Amino acid sequence: MKSMLAIIRRDLLLAMRRKSEVLTALFFFMIVVSLFPLGIGPEPALLRKIAPGVLWVAALLATMLGLQRMFAPDHADGTLEQMALSPTPLGLLVGGKIAAHWLVSGLPLVLLAPVLGLQFDLDAGALGVLVVTLLVGTPLLSLIGAIGAALTLGIRGGGVLLSLLVLPLYVPALIFGAGAVDAHISGLGAGGHLSLLAALLALAVFFAPWATTAALRIALE
Amino acid sequence: MNNKIINWFRYASPQSFYPLAGRMVPWFWALTAAFGVVGLYISFFVAPTDAQQGEGYRIIFIHVPASWMSMFIYCVMAAWAGLGLIFNTRLSGMMASALAPTGALMAFLSLWTGALWGKPMWGAWWVWDARLTSELILFFLYIGFIALQSAIDDPRRADKAGAILALVGVVNIPIIYFSVKWWNTLHQGSTINLTKAPSMAQTMLWGMLLMALCFWMYSIAVALMRARAIILERETHTEWVKQLVEVKS
Amino acid sequence: MLTATGLTCVRGERRLFSGLDLAVAPGEWLHVQGENGAGKTSLLRMLTGLAHAEAGEIRWNGESIRVLAEDYRRDMLFLGHHGALKEELTPLENLGLAAALDGAELAEKDALDVLRRFGLRGREELPVRFLSAGQKRRVLLARLVTRKAKLWVLDEPFTALDVKAVDMLAGLIGEHLSDGGMAVLTSHQAMPIAGCKVVKL
Repeated sequence: MKSMLAIIRRDLLLAMRRKSEVLTALFFFMIVVSLFPLGIGPEPALLRKIAPGVLWVAALLATMLGLQRMFAPDHADGTLEQMALSPTPLGLLVGGKIAAHWLVSGLPLVLLAPVLGLQFDLDAGALGVLVVTLLVGTPLLSLIGAIGAALTLGIRGGGVLLSLLVLPLYVPALIFGAGAVDAHISGLGAGGHLSLLAALLALAVFFAPWATTAALRIALE
Repeated sequence: MNNKIINWFRYASPQSFYPLAGRMVPWFWALTAAFGVVGLYISFFVAPTDAQQGEGYRIIFIHVPASWMSMFIYCVMAAWAGLGLIFNTRLSGMMASALAPTGALMAFLSLWTGALWGKPMWGAWWVWDARLTSELILFFLYIGFIALQSAIDDPRRADKAGAILALVGVVNIPIIYFSVKWWNTLHQGSTINLTKAPSMAQTMLWGMLLMALCFWMYSIAVALMRARAIILERETHTEWVKQLVEVKS
Repeated sequence: MLTATGLTCVRGERRLFSGLDLAVAPGEWLHVQGENGAGKTSLLRMLTGLAHAEAGEIRWNGESIRVLAEDYRRDMLFLGHHGALKEELTPLENLGLAAALDGAELAEKDALDVLRRFGLRGREELPVRFLSAGQKRRVLLARLVTRKAKLWVLDEPFTALDVKAVDMLAGLIGEHLSDGGMAVLTSHQAMPIAGCKVVKL
């Protein structure tokens, strides 16, 4: 457990020393979201309708940006080898890395989303639901993405391949996440969607680190 | 019982599987042709014309079996992949890679025939029907599997990485299917359902079953042929491959 | 005691070596020799458990390293081609974090002592990317002291080191061996360290 905290601290420290990477993903998120009104038109009713989907899709894409860097630097400089050879189970260290990835690239999206939601004329209730869905959903994205990042480690064309592998697996998260906000806006209540999203997260917390660890061991061999 | 297990493991080595598969392939092709001829005859000439949909509905005799196969092949692929990870047998990975293109073809065929059917039925090539949408995502999963395997140079690593992806995919397929279905009912509430044929006649059911068997035999035949090609490719440096008649000549 | 029997290594379609037996007892070190591409690094990676042998078994104190897993990894330290150093972090942070990943405590004072012993005085707080190749290597070697492992597996430990550092490392290995430690290393130079066994690939 202590090693897990150590690796989270290390990755946060590294992120602090290369701030530009974190900020790039954030600005990407903002720009993509802001492009939609320009492409579709500023009509408030229409914007309100597309807001959940747009914000969620933009969050998916912004998460994808950082995914490839989840294990690649550690793989390149041999740290990953040392992690695999450390007496601490690799699964714990991988869990730490996923948590750090979420803190660096998922959590800022959650915090930024309500501000961007205002651009789409969402009311306070809808913004609240949006934040909750992203809060439950972005860890899920990091967890599933980690499997893809580990599978494509050190492969030529890994970045494009990574999105090909991971995006189809993001479909349920997108449906329940954006759907919850939609359901809230149309007065159906977001409870059902949210509990399904949380169930998915629970499932991923159990299986994703395990699959990621297996994929990493294969990549190291 | 014991004997059986030993036998299975004997055929798990590429060397003994190769000639066995070679002997089996013609039989599966013959069955494909037999089921295909009878199945197509029933579907086109015996099955009655549908009262609402006219003659156009007959495409389901291709569409439905293709959809079944595309889902079934992914499960078989994942099963082989799992076996390969557990027992570390080389053949399992080869079988998984051999099945993937056929599965992708089936998914594509299902999408294509779905579009062909959709046009006269609903006046649109594509509708966001739950089944069509999940089929599309399944197609992406196949493409991802094939792309991942072809991007890795070392075949053993490709097998193992593909296996993990296939297993992750097989866990996700039901989740994706139900989420898409849920999404579909919320957004459209439409009653059109692609595969719910109106009051299926007995002969229609027979036609569909025969066509499914035909697709089944075809998939096995093609997968075996592809597996043989993969074995030759990967084992070129071994003695037994050099001794093969077809390699020598 | 590290023993291996019948090791076979296949890379792609080429068989690099087969039926390799070796044993290293406390106080001994194994010098793995061979031309470039003979499989020296592959052998070392097998001994650490990173790579799977096509055939054969590796045992640590009579137990398979696959079974021992974490218990084996606690006793073993591997330094490979790569630095495993984070360029953005200082030598001090690198050492501390490496220890933390292993679940071990490393007091800052001890880490500073070791770094100074390796001639890095005044550079403890400088990001690693400002260090020379040899200095980076020294940071890495400092782990030999801070991580107390019984078995050292070192891939080309003498590269990029100057004469003084080579002597120092040789002395360090000698000390480790006389304390009952073991080492496996690849090197193109012959090293005058007692207890040497040679494996030629």
